[in-house]
Amino acid sequence: MLTTWAYISNYFVYSAMLVFALSFVAHAFETAFAVRTPENADKTEGNLLVKTLDYKRTEKAARIATALMILAFFLLLVGVVARGISAKHVPWGNMYEFSITGALAFTGAYLIALRKHDLRWLGLFISISALLTLGTAVTLLYRDSAPLVPALQSPWLVIHVIAAIISGGVFLLANVVAGAYLYLERFEDKSARPGWLQRVPSLELLDQLSYRLVAFVFPLWTFSVIAGAIWAESAWGRYWGWDPKETWAFITWVAYAAYLHARVTVGWRGRRAAWLCIFAGSTFLFNYVYVNVWGTGKHTYSGL
Amino acid sequence: MSEQRELPELGFLALSRFAWRQLTSMRTALILLLLLGVAAIPGSLIPQRPLNPMAVREFYRNNPELAPWYDRASLFDVYASPWFSAIYILLFISLIGCVLPRSVEHYKAMLAKPPATPKNLSRLSHYQQFAKEDESLDRATQWFRKNRFRVRAEGNSISAEKGYLRETGNLLFHLSLILVLVGVSFGSLFGMNGYAIVNVGERFINIPTTYDTLSFGKLKGDNSLQPFQITVDKFDAEYDPKTSAPLDYTAWVTVEDEGKISKQVVKVNQPLTFGSTRVYLQANGYSPVVTVRDSNKNVVLQGPVPLLPQDGNLRSIGVIKVPDADPAIGFVVSFLPTNARTASQGSVSIYPELLDPKLLFSIWQGDLGLDSGVPQSVYKMDTENMTQIGLGSVKPGDTFNYSNGSITLETVVPWVNLQVVQDPGKSYALIGGILAIAGLLTSLYGRRRRIWIRVSDSGVEVAGLARNSAPGLEDEVDKFISFVKGEK
Ligand code: HEM
Repeated sequence: MLTTWAYISNYFVYSAMLVFALSFVAHAFETAFAVRTPENADKTEGNLLVKTLDYKRTEKAARIATALMILAFFLLLVGVVARGISAKHVPWGNMYEFSITGALAFTGAYLIALRKHDLRWLGLFISISALLTLGTAVTLLYRDSAPLVPALQSPWLVIHVIAAIISGGVFLLANVVAGAYLYLERFEDKSARPGWLQRVPSLELLDQLSYRLVAFVFPLWTFSVIAGAIWAESAWGRYWGWDPKETWAFITWVAYAAYLHARVTVGWRGRRAAWLCIFAGSTFLFNYVYVNVWGTGKHTYSGL
Repeated sequence: MSEQRELPELGFLALSRFAWRQLTSMRTALILLLLLGVAAIPGSLIPQRPLNPMAVREFYRNNPELAPWYDRASLFDVYASPWFSAIYILLFISLIGCVLPRSVEHYKAMLAKPPATPKNLSRLSHYQQFAKEDESLDRATQWFRKNRFRVRAEGNSISAEKGYLRETGNLLFHLSLILVLVGVSFGSLFGMNGYAIVNVGERFINIPTTYDTLSFGKLKGDNSLQPFQITVDKFDAEYDPKTSAPLDYTAWVTVEDEGKISKQVVKVNQPLTFGSTRVYLQANGYSPVVTVRDSNKNVVLQGPVPLLPQDGNLRSIGVIKVPDADPAIGFVVSFLPTNARTASQGSVSIYPELLDPKLLFSIWQGDLGLDSGVPQSVYKMDTENMTQIGLGSVKPGDTFNYSNGSITLETVVPWVNLQVVQDPGKSYALIGGILAIAGLLTSLYGRRRRIWIRVSDSGVEVAGLARNSAPGLEDEVDKFISFVKGEK
């Protein structure tokens, strides 16, 4: 039985998927077109972001792609809000709801970052990830809108989960950047990058960017873990119980602390730092997928 | 040979100094941090005794050869294991050994003046040069003061620095981690945790004997429970008619604490608080109220018997032991709040509320084993020395007669499982957590930078240096220069 709002929510989520798909096509077109663009990057130290990119010829396609991404973001926003209204609680009660909200946060993080830096080279990846996340959500994870079990009925749900979702979005973005670094590094000594990768910024910039993203969001993740502990204290009578979900949140926290240490104090850069970043990000993903779906413990709210 | 030269005479003192320096080095801290993360992994994949003893027992059954080895390595209780403790204790020793000296150093540095202006500014970043005016230095001083830089003025130059808060925040962060650890340890050493099943209408008194299970921290005496009493007046559970999923639990209670009596409400996210002790509503189930009579119609047992829920629809099982009957009688029971029959599973419950309750039982006669001295569970019965004398079922109000007696189901009352937790360390852990975030924010978002200005005959020179390659200094230097030039 679907309420009107749940129906509206589904409609908007499907529309958002369609527009993400169009945005993906536009980004792909832009990238393909850019192959023929001769690269005349300005390699001035420091402000590499803007100067290594040459959007002169692909500007129009890029603008369309970004506009579509913004449209998809707002469609998805309506979908998530309508889902919340239909269930009469914040839409984070099961894995379907986590996923659509996560896709929203991920796209949002990208769009906000885009206001300051020209990250459009990431758009291809962002649109396909959002599309795949939503695709998995509507096919495998979909559950009818339902009320929350008592332990979830707390204002801390809103605070804890929103912090975790935003942190997750930014961690994954940092992982993508670190992954791009590792992939591109292989070309750097031997030969020139393949044409379609010419537009991705320099290695040094990717290295810095993934660090900035992690450093930016680490306090939020710390907050999310603490908020979870406060909530657990009020719902389950203990603030920390080494439940699998808690354990993996802790592992993620320690892994990113190690990453920050490795960079700030031991001076890791480049490949080693990128691998450590990816390792830390994988612990987050593992927590989301494994513990929600196959895990035991108090946190299995996936509804599967 | 060269190796021998590098090693000094290793007396005990030198050796321990060497060990200490190794332990407090950043590389060791990094390794220990990574190790801590890796060491936490097995506990999430292997069943843990404190969380799920049943799963551990099952693991033993399935892997009889492996399990004892796991046990020897503390793999069923990772987070209390010697090796896990060793890692975090070493890490924290390393942390203390690193952070305390750094705090002292930082304190001294905050009182000291910034280092002198370097001779050659033109080699530094953000270098700019422009024509001098009379009051250039005065204006620079004014700008530094307005923007709260710490300055060192020497003749024709000023060296200014800002952003010490970054290091302060970093130290605060690391020190608060120690506070968190202190809070956690304090709670586990001086805390207690217990569960008690209380029937609606009954009273819970906070003394050790009323608990079903109770555990104390290593350093807490068992006579130190807070003397409060809780009477459960009413309990209400709401379920989703479609899925049977619970929607809300509420217990209305009367609390007596230090002579004061008050009415209160307990919910899942809303525990009762008595100082550092809190009482949580953790689970609920049903207690059939039964009357058992012997062959002479004398009552040999009367009252509610708590049963343990087995599924989301609260199918519950347990036993009713009647030692006062002669010979002793026992019932192995199964209770269905909303009874239904299915072809595949027999009798099941299809909804957790009392819509059509039914009590099913087998009747046993013989030795209940209560005098054997071995502690007995109230939910299980050893039927080895007993014989089955009947099978039956009753609905509320019904009486079932068997060869030498009868059992009547009078009514059914709900029970609630109250969890009582005392954790005197948690407020320290919380304060530590909040300070840690504050420290992180100032340390990760803080920027430490220096700006120099020198006025000489050839003009004014300005340069800047950003520590940790923090962004934004370019703008700041530009602002500084336009102020010195008198443009703003
Ligand atoms: C021996 C133990 C430790 C030492 C010596 C140490 C030292 C340091 C130092 C020197 C920094 C760099 C400060 C700067 O940016 O200027 C740092 C940063 C940091 N430390 Fe530690 N730390 C230790 C243990 C820990 C532990 C146990 C954690 C948490 C699990 C931790 C978390 C962090 C974090 C998140 C940063 C990043 C701050 C930044 O990027 O500026 N540290 N630590």
